[in-house]
Amino acid sequence: MTKQLDGRKAFITGASKGIGKAIAHSFAEQGAEVHLNARNKNDLEALAEEIRGRHNCKAYVYPCDISNPEDVKQAFVNYRATNRQLDILVNNAGIMQNSLLGMVLPEHILQTFSTNVFGSVYCAQLASRFMMRQRSGVILNIGSIVGEEGRSGQSVYGASKSAITGFTKSLAKELAGFDIRVNAISPGMIETELLEGLAENKRLEAISNIALGRIGSANEVAQVALFLVSDAASYITGQVIGVDGGMAF
Amino acid sequence: MTQNSRLYTVFAEALGVQIDQISDELKYNSIPSWDSTAHMVLIAALEDAYDVMLDTDDIIDMSSVVKAKEILAKYDVVV
Repeated sequence: MTKQLDGRKAFITGASKGIGKAIAHSFAEQGAEVHLNARNKNDLEALAEEIRGRHNCKAYVYPCDISNPEDVKQAFVNYRATNRQLDILVNNAGIMQNSLLGMVLPEHILQTFSTNVFGSVYCAQLASRFMMRQRSGVILNIGSIVGEEGRSGQSVYGASKSAITGFTKSLAKELAGFDIRVNAISPGMIETELLEGLAENKRLEAISNIALGRIGSANEVAQVALFLVSDAASYITGQVIGVDGGMAF
Repeated sequence: MTQNSRLYTVFAEALGVQIDQISDELKYNSIPSWDSTAHMVLIAALEDAYDVMLDTDDIIDMSSVVKAKEILAKYDVVV
């Protein structure tokens, strides 16, 4: 039986947890060879083993911090050592630190933008060179509803995710001539490790702002990611798709 | 094929021009077919031909064919 991503090679950043992990599983399940990035090598190797066992596919690891351009370069040099083809890049790695504006430290701004924005740019720069050569490819960026709607206490995080929206729309226009599609997903409140420390009253308050009345799952984001990187979305580029259950702040 | 003519071939194919239009003196943006978009196609072609991965600084600095030779030499490519 043909799978949606048979023969495709996908590089996924921030793959060891949450949405990135769910995306890695969904792509592998649909026949993709997955190349996994995150900072923690042990977590990545455990995930790769899990994916190989569950989906009977190839999975490789590239542990590095994507906020460091030299690390990103080395990861892609390692990738290139055995691969000439790259079909899909998912820029999922990101950090979220909440602070009211008066308590935002310069290093907090730098860390947030270095990972959420600069890291995505570094990865797209190198991945797009493979894709330009083959004149096909898909880049999928993971933004946030906070970047679209804003949220108190998340001005820096929101700014970084708004940057991802601008990056997505501009890059889609720049790379369209090479048949490279660029889209973003803007998740709302998703059940991941990021929510583990959330107080129950805050959780209930957040749910009251979601039209569907519940928190989403990482798999629900992954299914939209799968659609956007598949041929089913062949005429979609430059879009930011909300996966938020109808959330409003 | 000499190393020089191989490089000229890569340039000609990437820029979509005849090989006799390629010379060491040819500069970026000096002909319509070597614009910024074609430059990225050229970079991809050079990386493929010589099995290297160029730094962003080198991509920006690659302002002529002779400059490309200098840059490739840094990656141990003899041209």
